[in-house]
Amino acid sequence: MFKYLADNLVYQLMGIRPGTMLGEALDFFFYDTMKVFFLLFIIIFGVAVLRSFFPPERSRKLLGHRREYVGNFLAALLGIVTPFCSCSAVPMFIGFVESGLPLGVTFSFLISSPTVNEVALVMLWGLFGWKIAFIYTATGVILAFFGGIIIGKLKLEHLVEDYVYRIKMGESAMAAPTWMERFAYARDYTKDIIGRVWLFVLIGIGLGAGIHGYVPMDFVLKYAGPGNPFAVLIAVLIGIPLYSNAAGTIPIIQALVEKGLPMGTALAFMMSIVAISTPEMIILRKVIKPKLIAIFAGIVTVAIIIVGYLFNAIL
Amino acid sequence: MKIEILGMGCVNCNKLYQNVLEAVKQSGKEAEVTKVEDIKKIMSYGLMSTPALVIDGVVKVAGKVPKVEEIKGWIQ
Repeated sequence: MFKYLADNLVYQLMGIRPGTMLGEALDFFFYDTMKVFFLLFIIIFGVAVLRSFFPPERSRKLLGHRREYVGNFLAALLGIVTPFCSCSAVPMFIGFVESGLPLGVTFSFLISSPTVNEVALVMLWGLFGWKIAFIYTATGVILAFFGGIIIGKLKLEHLVEDYVYRIKMGESAMAAPTWMERFAYARDYTKDIIGRVWLFVLIGIGLGAGIHGYVPMDFVLKYAGPGNPFAVLIAVLIGIPLYSNAAGTIPIIQALVEKGLPMGTALAFMMSIVAISTPEMIILRKVIKPKLIAIFAGIVTVAIIIVGYLFNAIL
Repeated sequence: MKIEILGMGCVNCNKLYQNVLEAVKQSGKEAEVTKVEDIKKIMSYGLMSTPALVIDGVVKVAGKVPKVEEIKGWIQ
């Protein structure tokens, strides 16, 4: 449907001849824009309704006193649906530790929560299809699972700031929201997210469309194709400081994949953008010591690099 | 009436603070509005998401910024 609309708009209404570079780029731009915004509205709204059932206080109860492995897996899954914002990172961390949750399980949550986020998911689904979006999600959960287990095995409890262990949490008594309240929350949440990302999405798709129309077919192949063994490593290191621009980066990556960028390199790049976020690290400094932040970032970085090479080998 | 805004000074916490001040002004009620930024105190309410709004000791909302109109409804 979007293909039909985009074709008509560019080739009929604007009167640009099919097959020209300008035509290709414009067609690509309108098609992707319509598709992505459609998915953004639907999926973010849906995710927000789902999230209204899993406030962090509930996740804390669900995780209870679970030990390793089962706890890590459950935490990785809950990380997807629990709303996460850097505003709440500190109270969430303390809440989990206070409930007696092992440190490794808490970290499984902290890795999965930003990595598998709905904006990245929409962009992947819209531009790469549901299979890649699913692979990305599954990889994010696995990454969070093992990342948390490794941190748990390292016995780093002494690297949590001492005051965290002294805090006692009170009982919260919040009424469960009604359906009307859930929908109102989802509506506001969708508005908020789209308000924050729409410009990046447009710029990203615009640049992607430019690459699609103007960059020669084997351009990327020459520099970052399967022939370059360092491509994944470099992609991840570039991705880490690009935090919060998943919306703008994914369309560019998609255009590059079309020009020969291997899928594993692309996936590793995307993960490094969202999984390691500087604002989150700065906030977590309030509850954990710098050494633990470094270990956390190091483990996630190495894991993403491995994921990249692995997928390049099998996809 | 005692209104507390729980949060460690993030952007949303300040937004909530402004909304509360506005709601109090519009409703013409007498209220003591305070920011609670001490994490120990925030946790004592049993919350894990901020910003949160507490009116006379009762948690009204956590993890989002309610609109001025909504807040007015609670303080009337």
